[in-house]
Amino acid sequence: MRKVYLDNAATTPILPEVLEAMLPYLRDAYGNPQSLHGWGDEAREAIEDARAKVAALVGSQPEEIIFTSSGTESNNFAIKGLAMAQQSKGKHIVVSAIEHFSTLHSARTLEKWGFEMTQVPVDRHGLVDPNEVSRSLRKDTVLVSVMHANSEVGTIQPIREIAGLVKEAGVVFHTDAVAAAGTIPVDVRELGVDALSLAGNQFYGPKGVGALWLKKGVRIIPFLDGGVQEGGRRAGTENVPAIVGLGKAAELAQTEMKSKMAHLSTLRDRLIEGLLSRIEHVILTGHPTQRLPGNASFCVEFIEGEAMLMLLSQRGIAVSSGSACTSRALKASHVLTAMGIPAEVAQGSLLFSFGREDTEEDVDYVLEALPPIVDRLRQMSPLYAKFLKGRKGGK
Amino acid sequence: MPIYSEKVMDHFMNPRNVGEIEDADGIGEVGNPVCGDMMTFYIKVKDNHLSDVKFKTFGCGAAIAVSSIVSEMAKGKTLEEAKKLTPALVAEELEGLPKNKYHCSNLGAQALNKAIDNYLEKQGKMVKSKGRRKDEKK
Repeated sequence: MRKVYLDNAATTPILPEVLEAMLPYLRDAYGNPQSLHGWGDEAREAIEDARAKVAALVGSQPEEIIFTSSGTESNNFAIKGLAMAQQSKGKHIVVSAIEHFSTLHSARTLEKWGFEMTQVPVDRHGLVDPNEVSRSLRKDTVLVSVMHANSEVGTIQPIREIAGLVKEAGVVFHTDAVAAAGTIPVDVRELGVDALSLAGNQFYGPKGVGALWLKKGVRIIPFLDGGVQEGGRRAGTENVPAIVGLGKAAELAQTEMKSKMAHLSTLRDRLIEGLLSRIEHVILTGHPTQRLPGNASFCVEFIEGEAMLMLLSQRGIAVSSGSACTSRALKASHVLTAMGIPAEVAQGSLLFSFGREDTEEDVDYVLEALPPIVDRLRQMSPLYAKFLKGRKGGK
Repeated sequence: MPIYSEKVMDHFMNPRNVGEIEDADGIGEVGNPVCGDMMTFYIKVKDNHLSDVKFKTFGCGAAIAVSSIVSEMAKGKTLEEAKKLTPALVAEELEGLPKNKYHCSNLGAQALNKAIDNYLEKQGKMVKSKGRRKDEKK
């Protein structure tokens, strides 16, 4: 059976070059980067080389890169660490309504610690209005965090405008660029942000490694206390092979970005066009143009996402969904509901996220496989039966 | 490891008794699309036995598999026997369900029960207004 992996938003595969770069550090080059002998030197050089590559990807100085275990850790570190470092100035933070849970839940934790949080809404395309962010700022606001791109619906935020307004007010600004970095151009100076999160498994690096870029001079409270690793801001023996992998992935992402973006957006547009013309009552979620090149997300009305996902899986096609039944918490995606999509429509969420290995033939295979699946589930759906009866009744 | 048993997958991939019964003797609808699952059961009754059971379901793989197995388990049973179908029996017949999908087996048993009650009400064999269960909405 044909196998088509269209869940690159969950994780990308690891590139062979990345694996090759990592292997020596899982074998003979096992030294601790903090050791003062040859083994240590070798490992230290490797992580400093990786640091330079990650810095180059986002246009920063190498010493501004702090390696972490994941995008989630980077966001936790930024939200809690930046807010706590400034708590004598104020205890108010601002985040958007569609942030990843690692940001939202960190903000909730800060609420438990005595902070106040404002959630800035998004429009029906998932866009944050910079003026809305500006209006939410108070005298005691110490941190604003708005994600660069949303992996569920693909919408890319006007980060430069938002950061400009926030910085004008003298407030620290963080952006979660986990879905963006390595996929679209991200330059920290151009964006004008103070802190930025990224993760290796979003651009063909290994899992279990990420980074927080922190502008020189911005104060943060360390999350993990211990030794002097990462300038004393993130203790714990470095995960050398993973960091090396992240560096290699960053280097490849930078050189291949242009061609990869062109490839992904071709596939994305082919799928969007094909699905919207082949299946009735399908909504494209997210922004029509300001979206990630590999993201095609939809809501299919009258049926539920997990059922579609499973039937696609039976045809060898891997996708994801933001329906309640797909989530362990049994709640429809907060991103879709924040965009004003009715809960019952959000149940039909389906997310295709393309990767570099996918082809136009893969898109055509999906376009052939999905319509009969939708048909079959609609035949079973009492909602669809009601809809048809309503239409017959001349509604 | 797949999250669903082979039996769940079988009933999800090849659901039995999908459809509506035009002249149903009883109809039971439970759940609502906002929480993710909605089931409608249709029954025909002959000599106090369920001579036919059909369903329509909006929901996940588990919800569809539950509907299918409930329809199969209920068919041919007496009304009294069918009313004894519990969520636990349904889950057992499906060779288990993931924990967060147990409520689907609840819905299946409830929908069947409601269809039977609907039939009994129509027959005047049961006083109406049993009150809705807390997990049901119109």
